Amino acid sequence: MAAESVSDRLVGLLTVRGEDLGAEWSDKVAGSLGGRVSRAEVQRELKEIYTALVAALAEGGMDGRGEAFGEVRALLTELSRNRAHQGFTPTETAVSVFALKEVLEPALSGDDSDLQAYLKFSTLLDTLGLFTMEVYTRTREELISAQAEQLLELSTPVVKLWDGVIGVPLVGTLDSARTMVVMEKMLQALIDTGSEQAIIDITGVPAVDTEVAQHLLKTVVAARLMGAECTISGIRPQIAQTIVALGINFGDIVTKATLADALRHALRRSGLTLSRTAPQAGAR
Amino acid sequence: MNGASSASQTLEITANAGVVQARQRVRALAQQCRFSLVEQTKLITAASELARNTLIHGGGGTMTGGLVEERGRRGVRLVFDDRGPGIPDVDLALTDGWTSGAGMGLGLSGSKRLVDEFLLETVPGQGTTVTVTKWAR
Repeated sequence: MAAESVSDRLVGLLTVRGEDLGAEWSDKVAGSLGGRVSRAEVQRELKEIYTALVAALAEGGMDGRGEAFGEVRALLTELSRNRAHQGFTPTETAVSVFALKEVLEPALSGDDSDLQAYLKFSTLLDTLGLFTMEVYTRTREELISAQAEQLLELSTPVVKLWDGVIGVPLVGTLDSARTMVVMEKMLQALIDTGSEQAIIDITGVPAVDTEVAQHLLKTVVAARLMGAECTISGIRPQIAQTIVALGINFGDIVTKATLADALRHALRRSGLTLSRTAPQAGAR
Repeated sequence: MNGASSASQTLEITANAGVVQARQRVRALAQQCRFSLVEQTKLITAASELARNTLIHGGGGTMTGGLVEERGRRGVRLVFDDRGPGIPDVDLALTDGWTSGAGMGLGLSGSKRLVDEFLLETVPGQGTTVTVTKWAR
């Protein structure tokens, strides 16, 4: 059987009971979404897709990735993006396409030609279903990277540790984008607080590789250009050994094992002395 | 590959997020192999360097990682594979401080020092494969 007649047969099947099939399809999909999208909304979306699908079939296309299905894919893209944004699962998104198979099944006459057409249609819907999955995944990835950017803003506090001493506790991965934010915030805080000592604490950074080290060095150099002195604290034993093995040279930058050491160093540099008096006795 | 390698997993490295995932995957493997904290950190750092090389110089590729057992030793083996431009001069690339980009020039040579076995195969114009192994002490 030629491809033309298969698609013609499908157009026949889909148009004869077009209204019923379309409505049934909407019902099925709306049911699977558990009322989180209004029935009217689902009906509108699917009606457009249904019309586009029939039009594409009438043009003689059976290849879901072909030119004839451009419109169908555009509509499915919109649908998948919406579902992904609304937090639906992949299944709930793909079912919009696959449900059409179940809907069409009872409409078959049982002829060989009908069955053949149905099988071809099934393959077509599989392709389109996979397409919705691709769009869904891509949208989720975009969402995740957008969230990562938001986290960037949240996760870089600059705190005042003492008069003239600010601290920047870093937690997690330090990439170029994050370094930019850290550097900007730190330099601004140096100005705002009139501080001359900054401590970057990397206790929360799990691994210091050459990229992280390079970013740290740049930040320190930038602070120095503004006349401030930068200390890096939180160098744990495993980090120290890794840095040595990698061959990274921190030059004349002051590094300390703990934030407390770094603070003591910064205070001494700013001319403050700490002295221990006798502990206050019996404050009851 | 000699020795028994159990259930290696392949990870795509096509964006910066891939480098982060590579680190996490390697951390899990290193913990599974009961590496000490220092060994873990060394392997994770080496993986981070190599994954970034795959991304930046190789234009993206894959990392395949798994546990290996050989002559009674247990370890983690990682294979970084890309179809990028390859490395024209391997000795130069392994020289401390030499960089083709804007980095420190320590990624490749440094990661070699962080692992126990380091195998670099490259064909100019066809890609680069770096295989590293670190054994549990």
